[in-house]
Amino acid sequence: MGKFLVRRLVNYVVLIMLATTFAYLLAATTLSPRVNYEERSPRPTEEQVDQRLDELNLNDKTPLAERWVVWASGVAKGDFGKTVTGTPVNDEIERRVWVSLRLIIVGTVLGSVIGVAVGAYAAVKQYRLFDKASTAGAFFVLAVPAVVIALSLQVFATMFNQAVGAQVFVYNGEGTLGLEAGFWGTLWDRLKHMILPTLALALAQFAAFSRYQRNMMLDVLGSDFVRTARAKGLNRRDALLKHALRTALIPTVTYFTFTFGVMMAGTTFTEKIYNWNGMGSWVVDSIVTNDVHAVAAVSCFMAVCIMAASFLSDILYAWLDPRVRVS
Amino acid sequence: MTGTEIQTSAAVEQRNGSAPVLEVSDLHVTFPGEGKGPDIRAVRGVGYSLRRGEILGIVGESGSGKSVSSLAAMGLLPDHARVTGSIRLHGEELLGLDDRRMSAKRGETISMIFQDPLSGLTPVYAVGDQIAEAVRVHNPAVSKAEAADRAVELLELVGIPNPAQRYRAFPHEFSGGMRQRVMIAIAIANGPDVIICDEPTTALDVTIQAQILEVLKTAQRETGAAIVMITHDLGVVAGLVDRMLVMYAGRPVEIGAVDDVYYRTRMPYTMGLLGSVPRLDDEEKAPLIPIRGNPPSLSALPSGCPFAPRCPLAIDACSEAEPELQPVGAEGHAAACVRTGEIEEHGWSAADVYPLPEASGAGSGQPPREYRETVLDVDGLVKHHPLMKGAVFKRRVGTVYAVDGISFEIAEGETLGLVGESGCGKSSTLMEILSLRTPQSGKVTVLGRESGRAGHRERFEIRRDVQVVFQDPMSSLDPRMQVFDVVAEPLRTHRHPRAGLRARVNELLTLVGLDPAHAARYPQEFSGGQRQRIGIARALALKPKLLVLDEPVSALDVSIQAGVINLLDDLKAELGLSYLFVAHDLSVVRHIADRVAVMYLGRIVEIGAADSLFSAPAHPYTQALLSAIPVPDPEKERTRSPIVLEGDLPSPASPPSGCRFRPRCPKFRTLSTAEQQACVDTEPGLNAVSQDDHGAACHYAEKRTVV
Repeated sequence: MGKFLVRRLVNYVVLIMLATTFAYLLAATTLSPRVNYEERSPRPTEEQVDQRLDELNLNDKTPLAERWVVWASGVAKGDFGKTVTGTPVNDEIERRVWVSLRLIIVGTVLGSVIGVAVGAYAAVKQYRLFDKASTAGAFFVLAVPAVVIALSLQVFATMFNQAVGAQVFVYNGEGTLGLEAGFWGTLWDRLKHMILPTLALALAQFAAFSRYQRNMMLDVLGSDFVRTARAKGLNRRDALLKHALRTALIPTVTYFTFTFGVMMAGTTFTEKIYNWNGMGSWVVDSIVTNDVHAVAAVSCFMAVCIMAASFLSDILYAWLDPRVRVS
Repeated sequence: MTGTEIQTSAAVEQRNGSAPVLEVSDLHVTFPGEGKGPDIRAVRGVGYSLRRGEILGIVGESGSGKSVSSLAAMGLLPDHARVTGSIRLHGEELLGLDDRRMSAKRGETISMIFQDPLSGLTPVYAVGDQIAEAVRVHNPAVSKAEAADRAVELLELVGIPNPAQRYRAFPHEFSGGMRQRVMIAIAIANGPDVIICDEPTTALDVTIQAQILEVLKTAQRETGAAIVMITHDLGVVAGLVDRMLVMYAGRPVEIGAVDDVYYRTRMPYTMGLLGSVPRLDDEEKAPLIPIRGNPPSLSALPSGCPFAPRCPLAIDACSEAEPELQPVGAEGHAAACVRTGEIEEHGWSAADVYPLPEASGAGSGQPPREYRETVLDVDGLVKHHPLMKGAVFKRRVGTVYAVDGISFEIAEGETLGLVGESGCGKSSTLMEILSLRTPQSGKVTVLGRESGRAGHRERFEIRRDVQVVFQDPMSSLDPRMQVFDVVAEPLRTHRHPRAGLRARVNELLTLVGLDPAHAARYPQEFSGGQRQRIGIARALALKPKLLVLDEPVSALDVSIQAGVINLLDDLKAELGLSYLFVAHDLSVVRHIADRVAVMYLGRIVEIGAADSLFSAPAHPYTQALLSAIPVPDPEKERTRSPIVLEGDLPSPASPPSGCRFRPRCPKFRTLSTAEQQACVDTEPGLNAVSQDDHGAACHYAEKRTVV
């Protein structure tokens, strides 16, 4: 089992390296930092620009392979290079990574746990009111693009705030700038800012998971081993929780990896719309400013996140399913 | 555990009186129809009572309501089922109990063993934990360690070797037979007073069935429980039960002591059932007695007796009202038929009541097989599957010896029965023959043409002469094709002239006993037996010389099965066909085959004329196989003692050295060490054991009568 996980881990590291390299090559060939200097006044001379770009390892006159080697050897040492403005990419990552992770982790956990619970319960109550309502809700969310959900949440929040006459929901930034309210006050402020963007992310996760879990649960509900469990003397609730849901969770764990990719894309919009200075909004900004190294760094971050998610689901899978563990 | 034991023994004294443990009376179960559909009346007025230590058999075909009535007793029917009547356990009414109170009874005083052990255990928990859970759910005071100890005890009781180690095993590491043992352990964990067994051996091979029946007897001895044995197998019931209940269309139609029901049958349906079973102990080949027609739909029952449309004794009175169970003859014997009196008076049996099908002329007037043409010649056929490991760089880590050098031939007009337990390689043999490709080793010659030598065109020609009928009539017919197209497809593929197509299809449908007027219907409108007839018609369309039959009747109910077997017999005589008949049911094979080959782990261990092989098998495996099959005759069955094989079929990836049957062989154990050496070192070849080319692959082959 340990060997299996180590092998998977090595695979993931290779995949992350490949994904980051491709992202770098794509960014380096399509983005042109030189353009940034063309609109400056006074316009710097070509030599000045070349010199500056050489410092940043962004000069398109240097062969791509050469630039890549410099960049890659830096990355190997843990240095993602410099941004177009000359500041280290690493500093920026440090500033932004927790902003994004907070959103992603809370959104994922919330969305998947509620999704699984609602899906499983809907399966037990198949064709009853709860099932019909959750099905309608899930399909509605699935049918609406993530952007529209994020924006509509803002609209609803505004309406709610106006109705109540207080700033209950805040949807701009991740915290009030310059707030001096002590630890609890700051935490409360952060929470208020977090609710809406997290909800926007979690909703999509919830919709996908509840549908999937409902189907998986329906598959096992009529199965013989649930009947055996009840014939043993377990009451309905225990048989459903300990035997049916436990078994029906296994396929959902693999499904987790797939939805996580979609979720990462969703983070980009959400951060942009809610004005969070996370990794997602950074990648959008960097494309506009032709910031090759930033784009590569964010791609690397996303690759790491997705691989971490699949590794987690590997572990969960092995934990849930003894058939993998034993053979 | 002491607390429970005291409680149990006190309860035993209280229960030892003649008061019934389980009393079911006037039980009705109805499933409301979906939408505006009619209700399905699955059980209509079942009643029986069960005393302590008694075994009651409930017999009936699929859809007769035997399982539904027992699930009702367990309170495990779906919520939408409407259950009325009364089920009393120790005098306490079970119907209407809420989930909590019913859960306290389930597994404690009444428990159940289900049909399919492969899906009956939760795949993600260790088997020991699943048994311990059954203990702890009713005795929360028992600690986890104590419950685990008890689970190990129970595993030992049901015959799992090394129970302490096997406790931690997961269900997928156990074979079907071992999982069924675990299910039994769960059922008896709390010493229940009633155990309901719902076809507990139907999904298992005969040698494993014999083991499981032994375990059930042990379990009953240990717990002193009353057992309800639900089955469709009249052989299993004969030797095991005290009383039996025959069900038809949701109604009990005959109930009584097992001898009364078997020897003094008073209900025409029971007679039909008994007459339609092919019997292993039948010396001569008489045609089976099928019951015509099909069981009625439970949502549209006829007014009078539901069996009347199929009954040869039906009179006008039968369609007026449904007959109630009337006492007949011996005490406790009752039958639901208006003509029981007459049956009793005349002493009618199945042979008198049912019109005997005309005996076919099979086998008569044929020259001896040496002078007949050989239709199929298999010589040293080998099929090995490599076991691969690794994702990118695959390497071979082993070999599955699915078919490991088998030889046989089929003469014109002959039926060869290929028998063996699941996993012995009989299906692989079939597929190799049908593929018409060059085998990995050995030679397959079909009608004088060697497989693999033929070009594309010639192979197409050979396919005309070799056709196949599959096991499952539900999945072997395309549900989107009309019956006409199903049967016409091979004709069209082989460019049959368009003009005669309809005539030929009608001819074929008539031949297999179907109405050509139904040709425009779809397969799902037919019953299982009728669908199998469609499959046979399709196989016969090209006038083949050899028909390969892969378990053609094993998915059918006995009364339907008899009709299909008779049809196959008739067709063989009429059309001069040869059959390669693969089956695991030896009674069916005895009935239909001229010669029989017994397979074990990819090898033929015994081959010979059916009469010779069945009356005096020489290989210990054949002997065990035959003795494990219960005979539908209570007196005979009680005196027989089956040779119970130990363990399961070894993995075909690592067969034992020397004789492959050695580890399970009862004979091997009786030999001296010096004699055993031969079995360990050398694999025995097929040696003749008598004049009539009857051969057995055993160093110490010895003819013996076991049936």
